[in-house]
Amino acid sequence: MNWNWSHVDDFMPLFWDGVELTLQALFFGTLIAFSLGLVWAIAQRSEKKWIRWPVTAVTEFIRSTPLLVQLFFLFYVVPQWGPSMSPLTTGIVGLGLHYSTYTSEVYRAGIEGVPAGQWEAATALSLSRRRTWTSVILPQAVRRVIPALGNYVIIMLKESPQMAAIGALDMLGQAQGYSQATFTYEAISVVGVAFIVIAYPASVLLRALERRLVR
Amino acid sequence: MSSEFFGNWFLPGIWITLQVTFLSAALAFVIAFPIGVLRTNRLWIVRFLAGAYFEIFRSTSSLVFMYWIAFTVPPVFGISFQPMFAGVLALGITYGAYASEIVRGALAAVPPAQREAGIALNFTPFQRLRRIELPQAWPEMIPPFNNLLIELLKGTSLVSLIAVADMTFAGDLLRLVTNESAPIYTLLLVLYFVLAFVLTRGMRLLERHAKKRVGQAPEKTGLFSGMRAKSSIDVVAGTGAAK
Repeated sequence: MNWNWSHVDDFMPLFWDGVELTLQALFFGTLIAFSLGLVWAIAQRSEKKWIRWPVTAVTEFIRSTPLLVQLFFLFYVVPQWGPSMSPLTTGIVGLGLHYSTYTSEVYRAGIEGVPAGQWEAATALSLSRRRTWTSVILPQAVRRVIPALGNYVIIMLKESPQMAAIGALDMLGQAQGYSQATFTYEAISVVGVAFIVIAYPASVLLRALERRLVR
Repeated sequence: MSSEFFGNWFLPGIWITLQVTFLSAALAFVIAFPIGVLRTNRLWIVRFLAGAYFEIFRSTSSLVFMYWIAFTVPPVFGISFQPMFAGVLALGITYGAYASEIVRGALAAVPPAQREAGIALNFTPFQRLRRIELPQAWPEMIPPFNNLLIELLKGTSLVSLIAVADMTFAGDLLRLVTNESAPIYTLLLVLYFVLAFVLTRGMRLLERHAKKRVGQAPEKTGLFSGMRAKSSIDVVAGTGAAK
């Protein structure tokens, strides 16, 4: 066993910087994934074929291709026509975009889970389309989707280290930087444990929440 | 992008990606069945230990775990292995945990009367599993396995970061050599999509076959329907509870 705790102590200040960045990426990525996913879900329920079909095709494509390659695409290809983004921004956009295609499925299932009678009741009350969505359908769909959405927050946390591949200094990026600079290898273990320490309690809480909300 | 580069790097890259996918899938499969079965065991301690494996790896970042296997394990324990081995091991262990949840859920969904019938016929527990429970649970597992296989295929792109020359690695190398990123990454994304599509078709054939064997009606499907299976046991989405 070649293990040196002093390297771990050494790495800690950098590690906390990485934690900050990971949590930033998670927060903003989640915002994008939750809001954009809802846009996809509503677009896929549209009666117009020319809206529904492209959105379905695009989300299907994004969902079947790796986040890592999408990050490379955003980081190296997009700046040729559009904005240049920092590694962190790219990571946020990539995570948000990738997981929006998953949350859209969650929303869709949630919306489809609202009993048909609710739609009919809204029609009977001659509520406008907007009122129907905002006051009748979405409030009921939200209860069903919260646990599944929470699950995607945890998954996004676990997949966020892929940002390190384009040079973001998240937990993994910091660990790599430190390891390469000092020729040590203990730092990665700290990061690995950190993920378990954050993700496991979160998933336990989530399951408790699910039992309260869904049943 | 010259065709010479494509032939020299991309084609072998596709082959490596397929190799990593199938080897990891095989490893995940071999892990998932014993763990999934043990999680339905009568003894709580057995259930707890098998459950702990699932919980730990469900809370682990697969990329960090892969780095750990590739760069920390060798120096700490004084062993060395190929990067490809590290990649397959990391993916197999991680996805094996997810797959075990699918196995557990499908076994839990078999009507209890089936198990009781086995007991009445004086079957041993292993015979019950082999002759009654698994054959009935198996068709249930295939759609979520399909989803997991696509996730695994996407996950194999991570091995490029530990110097395994898969498709993504080839794309990266080509970018450095030719400085043309747009066609390279577009092609790469399309390749992943095509592979995912082909794997899904294969899984669907498997599902039809499995359903025929236990006398369930195979469903009719269109070309693109069920690229993502809708199933009651979804580990990747949802919190993995069989409804």
